[in-house]
Order: sequence, then C-alpha cells, then structure tokens
Amino acid sequence: MRARVYVTLKPSVFDPQGRVVADALFSLGYHDVTDVRQGKFFDLELSDTDADGAKARVTEMAAKLLANPVIESYRVEVLA
Amino acid sequence: MRFAVVVFPGSNSDVDAYYAASRVIGAEASLVWHKDSDLGNPDVVILPGGFAHGDYLRTGAIARFSPIMASVRSFAERGGAVLGICNGFQVLLEAGLLPGAMVRNRDIKFVSAQIRMRVEHTDTPFSAACQPGQVLRLPVAHGEGNYFAEPEVLQQLESRRQVVFRYVDANGGTTPEGNPNGSLNNIAGICNEARNVVGLMPHPERACESALGSDDGRMILESVSRALSMAGSGRG
Repeated sequence: MRARVYVTLKPSVFDPQGRVVADALFSLGYHDVTDVRQGKFFDLELSDTDADGAKARVTEMAAKLLANPVIESYRVEVLA
Repeated sequence: MRFAVVVFPGSNSDVDAYYAASRVIGAEASLVWHKDSDLGNPDVVILPGGFAHGDYLRTGAIARFSPIMASVRSFAERGGAVLGICNGFQVLLEAGLLPGAMVRNRDIKFVSAQIRMRVEHTDTPFSAACQPGQVLRLPVAHGEGNYFAEPEVLQQLESRRQVVFRYVDANGGTTPEGNPNGSLNNIAGICNEARNVVGLMPHPERACESALGSDDGRMILESVSRALSMAGSGRG
C-alpha cells in the first residue's frame, strides 16, 4: 500500500522560494501568474493493508515528523 | 562551571563552542555525542551550529529526535541553562523548547556576514553580563534564520519579554537594512517563558577573540558564569 503526504507552508507564512518562482515565471512572459506557493510531497511504501489504519498511522507520522505544524499544513492520501 | 556541547552528525561549530567554553572562558567542557543519553551533570548545555543530519526534511527536524534530546529536555525542565546557537536554535524550535519556527531567508541567500545585535533583556543566563541596549558585533552564517511565529505568539513573546536579542542597523535601529534574514520583529534570539532556554542565530562562539574580528561573543558565554554565581552555586 502506498500513501502520499502533501506538505505546504500555511497561508500566513511568507514563501520566499515561491516568490522567486513567481518572479521567474513573470520574466518568462507568464504575466497571468499572480502568486506561487512551493510545497513538497512524500510517497510512503507501507506494509499495512488496511487503508483506514494506514491513513491514521501516516497522519500521525505527518504531524510528528514530516510537517512542522507551526508553519506547515499537510494532507494525507492513501493510494491503493 | 561545566559545559556540555552536544555533537550531532553534521554539527560544525561544536569544537568552536567547546574551545570558547574551555580555552576562552576557562570552564570545564565536554563534547557529548547525540546518541548518548547522559549529559554528564553539566551546568550549561550548548546545542551548536552546523547542519545536523544534513538538515534534511527541515533544519533541526531529525535532530530533535536524537536520543540526547530527551536528556536536554529534562535538563531544561529542571531549570538548567540551555543555549542553542544557529542550528542549535533551529533544533530547540523543532523540539518545541522554544516557540516559533525558521523559514528560508527573505532573500533566498545563505547569509554569511558580521551583524549587529542589540541585547533587549539581561535577565537570562546568556545575557546577564550585558547591559540592556548593548549592541554586540557577531557573525551570522545561515540559510534559514528567518524567524516566524503566528501574530498571537509574537505578541506574547514581546509582552513576556522573551525577545532577548534583536538585529539592528549601524544607527541602532530595528530596520529591514539591519535585518539579515527577514526575521519578524528583527528577532535574533529568544528565550522560553522560564528564561533558562535561549536560542540565537548569530555565533557568539565564533567571536570570542579579537583576532577573529570581534570578541563580543564572550559576553554571551561569560553571562552564564555570572548568572550561575548569582543563583548561588548553580545546579552543582
């Protein structure tokens, strides 16, 4: 079973990297880009076969290690 | 007075801190490997600068789970003096021993520079030898020293006088020009509510001898002996 965890900066946190990417896109002529937020995702391979149990476990992992709740939000998806 | 300097894989200012404590201040000092669990009954614990565990995932994110951190936490909870310098500050934030978090520098650059830092409060173990308002010249070297906290946390830090050190410009003003990384409220260093745990991004241990461009960093380390002697015989 596989799970994916998306981690993004909270909207209240300034994202300097996203800002640079937005500026670069603007320079390339993409003037319709008004903002960019950069995030990351983790793909986890699990020995678990119970989707509900896996989701609970991975959510715990996200809160404990993968994301810093002070500045980041996370979303967990369990993939078949 | 005895210092314990924690060594994580990827620490690079551990020996600088050890040298400053033992040779410059003349205290006893020992290096403690992150996989150990015994700090060795110190009076002061330093979490040094560097790139613990490669700073993978987030700065300090893996280091906070190192076995020694349980001992550092209980030492801090007993009121022991803990100083986190640069990466050590980031570890204290990730560990929740100090509030807030670090994000990428405002200008996306690794900043290596000599900065000015104003001492806001002298009632911590790492500022007791300073004068309130005193400006220290210290080096910074970091890519993620942009201090962030939610507005209510920031307000609480200010009202509880937990902002111990602030970046200032040549005129002593807390301006964006004096701020090397975009930290909110020009924050260079903070303490916990109990005031025994302090974290700062600048490197006092790299500025303890005039040959290094500044010896202002001595004030930070000498503060501990003053604070401990004021508190009696320290913890010993």
